[in-house]
Amino acid sequence: MSDSTQDERIKDISPLRQALVRPELGSIAGAIIVFLFFGFLAFDSGMFSPRGVLNWSTVSAQFMIIAVGACLLMIAGEFDLSVGSMIGFAGMMIAIFSVTLQWPVWTSICVTFVLCIALGALNGYIVIRTGLPSFIVTLAFLFILRGFTIFFPQLIERKTIIGGVSDAADGDWLASLFGGKVGEPVFVWLADLGLIDVFERGSRAGQPVVDGIPALILWAIGLVIFGHFVLTRTRFGNWIFASGGDAQAARYAGVPVNRVKILMFMFSAFCACVFATCQVMEFGSAGADRGLLKEFEAIIAVVIGGALLTGGYGSVIGAALGALIFGVVQQGLFFAGVESSLFRVFLGVLLLAAVILNTYIRRIITGEK
Amino acid sequence: MDPLFEMQDVEKHFGTVIALGGVNFSVSEGECHCLLGDNGAGKSTLIKTMSGVHAPTSGRLLMRGQEVRFEDPRQAISQGIATVYQDLAMIPLMSVSRNFFMGNEPIKRRFGFNLFDHEQADKVTMDEMRKMGINLRGPHQAVGTLSGGERQTVAIARAVYFGAKVLILDEPTSALGVRQTANVLATVDRVRKNGIAVVFITHNVRHALAVGDRFTVLNRGKTLGTANKGEITPEELQDLMAGGQELVELESSLGGTV
Repeated sequence: MSDSTQDERIKDISPLRQALVRPELGSIAGAIIVFLFFGFLAFDSGMFSPRGVLNWSTVSAQFMIIAVGACLLMIAGEFDLSVGSMIGFAGMMIAIFSVTLQWPVWTSICVTFVLCIALGALNGYIVIRTGLPSFIVTLAFLFILRGFTIFFPQLIERKTIIGGVSDAADGDWLASLFGGKVGEPVFVWLADLGLIDVFERGSRAGQPVVDGIPALILWAIGLVIFGHFVLTRTRFGNWIFASGGDAQAARYAGVPVNRVKILMFMFSAFCACVFATCQVMEFGSAGADRGLLKEFEAIIAVVIGGALLTGGYGSVIGAALGALIFGVVQQGLFFAGVESSLFRVFLGVLLLAAVILNTYIRRIITGEK
Repeated sequence: MDPLFEMQDVEKHFGTVIALGGVNFSVSEGECHCLLGDNGAGKSTLIKTMSGVHAPTSGRLLMRGQEVRFEDPRQAISQGIATVYQDLAMIPLMSVSRNFFMGNEPIKRRFGFNLFDHEQADKVTMDEMRKMGINLRGPHQAVGTLSGGERQTVAIARAVYFGAKVLILDEPTSALGVRQTANVLATVDRVRKNGIAVVFITHNVRHALAVGDRFTVLNRGKTLGTANKGEITPEELQDLMAGGQELVELESSLGGTV
């Protein structure tokens, strides 16, 4: 082998093939297709009016928040199936603390965050100490947390929905960070210019139909930027890839794999808690069935985003686009007047296609046959 | 020459199993000391004891004559003892550059954050790979696309770059073809000439004789003795590894092909 000449056996690879190896590619293509599709199918239905945009971007943002946590955890080589139950549990705890126990809402939110992150750490600790697959350990927590979420409100209030959080949260500084809206004056101004419709009758007559960006969307964007930054630009990000790629090799190279994994379980729980808090503040109540199936939706968004189920490879931007596809299709079918049960059929097909594509890409990267 | 790294009467027990029952071993700067042993002889345990994965049950580890104790692999690495494992050297899905700096990422400070300095990492990776004679398409090429020999070479280059004084190679040639083996052995030779102490673990006598300065045979958890280059024949080494008699009989029946 000579010093600088190109090895004659290294074939030039096409830019397409090079781009294909980027994990986001599939989801970028998917997002474009989905927008084109609904652009034709549902353009007149109001899907792309300010109100329609707000509708599907809110739904997408919900998926994004939990997808970021699931994405980093999956790249670190683990799953968290307890996300959905954690959402229900966190919401219920906030309601019990603030309504039943009459704590200030900001205290309730803080205590709930601490509790959920601690449960995430416990998930991670059990996985690390026992060496069991995280699939099984978090499946156990899926049932444990859901059970408590139904049990506590029945024990205390004899019902499974606790309302009245809105009244308690009125004027609370921390609650507005999750349930508030941003940019109202801008939207009023846009309405004055005639760019946004105003309500024509009812109690809000004269106000713009879209009067601000929900805090939920800002949380989603913030978490995506944070996750992407940590994963690609920091030393810790390299450790996340290494821990999921081959935990033993990473350990031998001095990467604190256990710490990385436990922290990612905690982050996943944090994301679930953000989701739950936003939801409780929006609805003003907590229900025992909240967050059902969210763990799978998060994982599907991450897989559509190009991450490998086996860990070590993926992208937060991809997962965010996966969540966007998810939200746009779910709401788009509604706008287009398609039977909503077909959404599940679509989801299954999309998941299968994404996994097959990812497996193919993995072969390209690793040169496996 | 005084040994750089030495093990004295090292024993390692796992419960009731004695994996190492009194190992004496040393390696000096610029020397390639081959450790030979058949499967189950205790090679893996010995490597893990040297590299800080296991603490020895009894016995002493000496670095430049000073006794050292390693709680974990990081401590061994910080003392200059680096280990390249046969199949766990690299992570195939990650780029060469990310692999090269795994656990030792270069940092630059921007806006009060400690960021992974990708430019620096990419530059160093390309330089080091060129020195080792590996042509990369770019620093972002995934390790999975490299051959087994190239992966071993990248891992060795990484260990040397991060200041290894003692380089432990765990069967670096066992899964390789002829040409790749030759490349790895040439790398070992180059590294040794730079004054690094190399511990070369193998069960292939011919590979050992090609680069070794001294040879120690491990059998059933004990070192059977050490021989210098030129003092021992391949047949004697082979017999020692197999524990004597049976192989002699086997060899005669196979016509000397083992």
